[in-house]
Amino acid sequence: MALTRDDVSRIAQLARLELGAAEQAAMLEQLNGFFDIVERMRAVDTRGVAPLYTPLAALGEVALRLREDAVTERDERAAHQAVAPAVQDGLYLVPRVIE
Amino acid sequence: MSAGAALVRGWEVVIGLETHAQLSTASKIFSGASTRFGAAPNTQACALDLALPGTLPVLNRGAVERAIRFGLAVGARVAPLSIFARKNYFYPDLPKGYQISQYEIPVVQGGRIEFALGDETKTVRLTRAHLEEDAGKSLHEDYHGMSGIDLNRAGTPLLEIVSEPDMRSAAEAVEYAKALHALVVWLGICDGNMQEGSFRCDANVSVRRPGAALGTRREIKNLNSFRFLQQAIESELEWQIERLEDGLAVEQATVLFDPDSGATRAMRSKEDAHDYRYFPDPDLPPLVIAPAWIERVRSEMPELPGAMAARFQRDDALAAHDAAMMTQSLAFARTYEAVRDACVAQGGGRTQAAWPKLAANWLMGEVSKRLNAEGLAIERLPVSSAALATLICRVADGTLSHSGARQVFDALWGGETDVDAVIEARGLKQMSDAGALEAIVDEVIAANAKSIDEWRAGRDKAFNALVGQVMKASKGKANPAQASELLRRKLGA
Amino acid sequence: MNTGHPDGVAALARALRERRISSEELTRTLLARIEAERELGAFLCVDAEGALAQARRADERLARGAGGTLEGVPLAHKDVFVTRGLPTSAGSKMLAGYASPFEATVVARLGAGEPGGPPGAGMVTLGKLNCDEFAMGSSNENSAFGPVLNPWDRTRVPGGSSGGSAAAVAAGLVPAATGTDTGGSIRQPASLCGVTGIKPTYGVCSRHGMIAFASSLDQAGVLARSAEDCALLLSAMSGHDRRDATSSERPAQDFHAQMRAARAGADGGRPLAGLRIGLPREFFPPALAADVAAAVRAALAALEKLGATLLDVSLPRTELAIPVYYIIAPAEASSNLSRYDGVRYGHRAAQYADLAEMYRRTRSEGFGAEVKRRIMIGTYVLSHGYYDAYYLQAQKLRRMIAEDFQACFAHCDVIAGPVAPQVAARLGEQAHDPIKAYLADIFTLPASLAGLPGMSVPAGFGDGGMPVGLQLIGNYFGEGTLLHAAHALQQASDWHLRTPGATA
Repeated sequence: MALTRDDVSRIAQLARLELGAAEQAAMLEQLNGFFDIVERMRAVDTRGVAPLYTPLAALGEVALRLREDAVTERDERAAHQAVAPAVQDGLYLVPRVIE
Repeated sequence: MSAGAALVRGWEVVIGLETHAQLSTASKIFSGASTRFGAAPNTQACALDLALPGTLPVLNRGAVERAIRFGLAVGARVAPLSIFARKNYFYPDLPKGYQISQYEIPVVQGGRIEFALGDETKTVRLTRAHLEEDAGKSLHEDYHGMSGIDLNRAGTPLLEIVSEPDMRSAAEAVEYAKALHALVVWLGICDGNMQEGSFRCDANVSVRRPGAALGTRREIKNLNSFRFLQQAIESELEWQIERLEDGLAVEQATVLFDPDSGATRAMRSKEDAHDYRYFPDPDLPPLVIAPAWIERVRSEMPELPGAMAARFQRDDALAAHDAAMMTQSLAFARTYEAVRDACVAQGGGRTQAAWPKLAANWLMGEVSKRLNAEGLAIERLPVSSAALATLICRVADGTLSHSGARQVFDALWGGETDVDAVIEARGLKQMSDAGALEAIVDEVIAANAKSIDEWRAGRDKAFNALVGQVMKASKGKANPAQASELLRRKLGA
Repeated sequence: MNTGHPDGVAALARALRERRISSEELTRTLLARIEAERELGAFLCVDAEGALAQARRADERLARGAGGTLEGVPLAHKDVFVTRGLPTSAGSKMLAGYASPFEATVVARLGAGEPGGPPGAGMVTLGKLNCDEFAMGSSNENSAFGPVLNPWDRTRVPGGSSGGSAAAVAAGLVPAATGTDTGGSIRQPASLCGVTGIKPTYGVCSRHGMIAFASSLDQAGVLARSAEDCALLLSAMSGHDRRDATSSERPAQDFHAQMRAARAGADGGRPLAGLRIGLPREFFPPALAADVAAAVRAALAALEKLGATLLDVSLPRTELAIPVYYIIAPAEASSNLSRYDGVRYGHRAAQYADLAEMYRRTRSEGFGAEVKRRIMIGTYVLSHGYYDAYYLQAQKLRRMIAEDFQACFAHCDVIAGPVAPQVAARLGEQAHDPIKAYLADIFTLPASLAGLPGMSVPAGFGDGGMPVGLQLIGNYFGEGTLLHAAHALQQASDWHLRTPGATA
């Protein structure tokens, strides 16, 4: 199934990308080119196969490792905000947020 | 399902709650930053909380432990394997552009909450409870037309507790929320501080004609007080019913409640709400909880309120209502047990059976009244359990009249600690010298012939007046029971 | 018997420890070479002062007979590893000039050591190396800071995404460099530039401090002049890291010792006696360029002479690895790159009317075409209604691909084949058809999806005298076996010792 212009603009909106007309046209063509390659994959029967979300699970169950509940971080606001585009009174500034 | 709930203008109300309980860990769910409330903006947002490039999440054992506690307390299944997923959406207070939450396989599955609604016992089924990270805060006060973002709260561990749509009125929803709140605080997994946002509810509300299919629901977000919960649901119900009765449809939406206007309005920021692109977080392999861990947590669980109330009814012969009052919070129950035991110790076994009831009466009466008046929680009770017990004993052995006891209680509240010293200093000891009381009674009889005639004529009130006279003449030290008994004898009644 | 490249890590470490050279003079020499080879575009930043200061400290330690295993040996890091004191851009305008407050675990372990941890290997960091933006690409032409030229032919690409690393090692600007491999980003440029590269088993090297592309595939590794040099760096940089929940808990390994350990039944002339090398027939399709096939066959023959036995095996889903990888990697990337929103760090658009526009402009200006393409693909395959058909299906096929490997390893110890279907392409050749370039990753993607260790070992030269690499794939945690085989080959051949004529 081929993607449409609307699909491309919907995805771009979800991904917060702004594509110019030419960019959008090229993207549409490339995505469709890509999904042609994908079609073969969709045909494979994978019933009963468990997804392999993390590679080492192929060796057996991988269990999440936990950390103890302890405060290990110091206040490094100055260092962190040195690279921030816009800050004031220790806050990161962004255009008005409307909830 | 809780059935037989009243209809609103012929409509059946259907409510489900999603509650976010902030877990009482010292550090965040995936980072070692502190969760302390009220720090200066962004001073508790570490590299991971800010989603700096190259940072990776590592799960906090304490958060999982608290989730297990909750699961066991509500009789749910604690999943041996659960999965963290990414919920993708853009928002300035969400640094990674996704929230780490549990989606398909949550850590707590099922369970139920029981609570009293009037004299009915209601049960609300839980769908699930899952671990997730909180977002930061957007501060809307104007920074030259900009908003300020504080990420101290980003990454704070939350347990999102999702109920089935089992509630049939705003009142029932509020009682459910109160019971849930009491439970998480009782379990010590959440501080329950609603002003600080430690316990917030989202309400899914819809209405339908009885027997009809579920109506379209609207979700009211972030209700951080029981009062707002009630108001928001009620105004939302009004809105939905009016719309439907005007022949209009209710569209699924996420709304905010404005306490000032008392109305709900749709949220702008939820445009992508339909497409969060959930997928398992590749940075976090499955959370595996071994049976041994669950058993260890079970062995460390405090006695639950229900079980404790039953014990108070069984062993202390408290009435159901009194037992429920004594278990309104763990602190309250601990105080009750301390006062009760001190009464037994001081008052001795002689009237042992009476002590629990007396202790409960005092805690429900004077103590609660005073705590409420001063807006204090029982943890802040300025009177020691031992002193309170002594006071109760002095009333029981007749040393103090009730009015005297109230005066002593005030003194204890004011900082006094020695009950007997207060009684002595203020001369509150009741008159036990029969001769002195008899003299007073004779005076009163001599001076109140009129009242006596009225009483003989059948006006009981008049007798009370006589007793009052005796108490007055004795400056409150007479024991009212003794006084009236003596009066009756002398008047040949 | 050859003792490795004279300018290799092993030789330099020895010379430094024996005080035959000083780290400071060595560092000065390399800094001069880097300066003279600016045209290659291998480096995004060079830290002369910092490097010389580190070198002097290393010399002091060496003088005291102290210091780490690789004390004073210079290296450079792919710019996807965050470094304190040096900017980190991941080859993206989005992060131009970004200064990280912390250092990647891999960088710290090769250098001074982790804060509060044991001392590191003591290597001297010369600078940061160019790469495809966010490690997305196989030609290094997707860097926002310009391409990297292949030292063997400056009209050709070095491969990618670790193109700067491969070119810098090939041109002799550094004895070794770190790289990252998600779908072949270490093996492919190593092959195209004629250097030795290893991508260990997923989880062997910490991802903490590695700018994420696709979290379930990303692995750090090394590019150097020999298997021995790779073994030395890998031993120092690998091992469990509590800051990465996916890092393996196996104890630290001495890959250098494993590389040298003699096989049971081996003898001087036949060090690989008993080693069974499987050749997947799918790795030798008609589409494989003849010059590449010939070089690979020659290298395999050399391995056979060393005692290895070659046998045919099959990885039936090799072709499917392309769609599977190009769904999983972009899906994870679309989420990993959502943090670049212009709020806390990095690029922010200059002009915007509101928040939504700030996001869109910031991201559209900050990301290059390939990154946008992958974000679009990833966003789409995860979006409502498509997840099962694409992402879930791909993850299921991923398990089938991993199982195909286990079926092979039931009767072979190592799997071998080409790394890339052709020698290095000309600059700009792939630009017009980005999707076609995906197809060229066919031989490196399967091992990446399975999380298996893989190497590219120089195997001679093809058309235009361009290097060709032999790919060796091992079973989980089989790095030792790979390094042992590659080392044996390099003891008996000199392909890895050849250097491009044109160096300053």
